[in-house]
Amino acid sequence: MPLEFEKPIEELEAKIAELEGFAASSGVDLSGELQVLRERLAQLKAETFDNLSRWERVQLARAPGRPTTLDVIGGIMTEFVELYGDRTYGEDPAVVGGLARFEGTSVVVVGHQKGRDTKENIRRNFAMPHPEGYRKAMRMMDLADRFGRPFIAFIDTPGAYPGVSAEERGQAWVIAQSIQRMARLRVPAIAIILGEGGSGGALAIGVGNRVLILENAWYSVISPESCAAILWRDAKEAAKAAEALRLSAPDLLSLGIVDRIIPEPSGGAHRDPTATLANIKQALQATLAELADLSPEQLFEDRYRRFRGLGRYQI
Amino acid sequence: MALERLFRRRRAQGEARDIPELWVKCPKCDAQIYKKDLESNLHVCPKCEHHLRLSADRRIEMLADAGSFEQITGLKPTDPLGFVDTEPYPRRLERYQKEAGRPDAIVGGRCTIGGVESVLLVMDYAFAGGSMGSVVGEEITRGIELAARENRAVVIVSVSGGARMQEAALSLMQMAKTTLALDRLWAKKLPYVSILTDPTTGGVTASFAAIADVILAEPGALIGFAGPRVIKQTIRQDLPEGFQRSEFLLKHGMVDQVVDRRRLKETVARILKLLHPRTVNHAG
Ligand SMILES: [Zn+2]
Repeated sequence: MPLEFEKPIEELEAKIAELEGFAASSGVDLSGELQVLRERLAQLKAETFDNLSRWERVQLARAPGRPTTLDVIGGIMTEFVELYGDRTYGEDPAVVGGLARFEGTSVVVVGHQKGRDTKENIRRNFAMPHPEGYRKAMRMMDLADRFGRPFIAFIDTPGAYPGVSAEERGQAWVIAQSIQRMARLRVPAIAIILGEGGSGGALAIGVGNRVLILENAWYSVISPESCAAILWRDAKEAAKAAEALRLSAPDLLSLGIVDRIIPEPSGGAHRDPTATLANIKQALQATLAELADLSPEQLFEDRYRRFRGLGRYQI
Repeated sequence: MALERLFRRRRAQGEARDIPELWVKCPKCDAQIYKKDLESNLHVCPKCEHHLRLSADRRIEMLADAGSFEQITGLKPTDPLGFVDTEPYPRRLERYQKEAGRPDAIVGGRCTIGGVESVLLVMDYAFAGGSMGSVVGEEITRGIELAARENRAVVIVSVSGGARMQEAALSLMQMAKTTLALDRLWAKKLPYVSILTDPTTGGVTASFAAIADVILAEPGALIGFAGPRVIKQTIRQDLPEGFQRSEFLLKHGMVDQVVDRRRLKETVARILKLLHPRTVNHAG
């Protein structure tokens, strides 16, 4: 199902495919007509995708078919051993984690997990974790520290789950604890925002020495819809809220909140997941190399300094 | 007796019309309370013990030893994103500053509490509902770092609707910054007591407010991650009685004690004295 602003492109693509089929089956030479249409398609794509609004990027960040955490782990790592449970209360499918090998190095990974269809999305609570999910993430951090393995976190959540059960079990408490636990890692920690970086629920696994973001992912203190509902008293003003929140990757880079933007194929990651994974792999490799020479204490101090400097105020 | 009460009440209402600032109506039990009585009772309703909101200045007066408070805060907010919703953020800031009489939603300083050298940081609900942006995050971080340098305990009184939307991701980052700063205290074995008051929600609860050595809550305070309205919209059900109130959190193991405001100072002082590696006597 195409996104609203993708529709003219999809229609043109369908028309080209139809003509190609007709040309092949009938033997009629339509190469001239096809040439014109292909040029128009290229132009239309450039017009649409080179000037995406922040709100359009948010839609790309949520597009079906965009690589999820498990897709990325499966695509760029080997020997993945998924580990389950928080050892306290339960297993939260909204967060996945485990051991894996990346370019020969064994690493510990964790990430928010969206479903790839409605059924899986319901099972995974649309990647909105309960406290169990964050406790699972903290277990992974413990493992990374104990065995001296790099810790890689993939962020893709609309936010931590706002529900009665989550509040009863201390949602705010585990988010704070997870922030603190990740900050204390004595191994390289890298956070990669794959799609949605919804508030504290995202930050809980976002305290990396380096924070990377996919070109069309977003990261902010609140979703555009919720922000619009509060400030404009109308969730339909989400497009305005997305602009005001400056939640796009280039915005975040200029504010120092992320360190590197991972490029996406034209039109978004879902249009070419394979190319996207290759870009993630390259960026992760380069970032790990940057941190390779730091001692455990230097890694801890580097992370402290990184977050210590964030904020704007006047003396 | 009943007649006398009726008479007193009628007189109270009459006077409330004439000199409204002399009388306050308790939002819980509707009793008309003589304002001076309320103030001498730390804004706790003498009839039903409901804890009304207390100003940041009164909090400091209540917690810091008399004459010991020396303010360290004073940073001013900016508009880093050029945020405009129904009005520009700078115009909102101006209004909040006028309403609260301070540059942002926090005030803090050095002081002693029961003789223990401390840094006391108090959020101010009068400023944008105590929302946390860059200034609140930076002041809390600086306060914690100062305490670590000077071997002081830290006491933070939270009251906040959460992170400030108008500074977006920068507000979010304050959750990490303040939480990280607390490790500086940890390294020097300095105690940190977090006091949660009505309301404390969102990014403040999910950062420095929730990871103290000791967490105290005032009775009946609304405390949580998501606001009750958001939760109700999500689950489309009525919320259980007393949900997200201090007593609910105590029952679920999230706070150490629910403390009546009138015993808060002595409770905090006792904890600090028990945990602090050196009291003011040793410090000289
Ligand atoms: Zn009352």
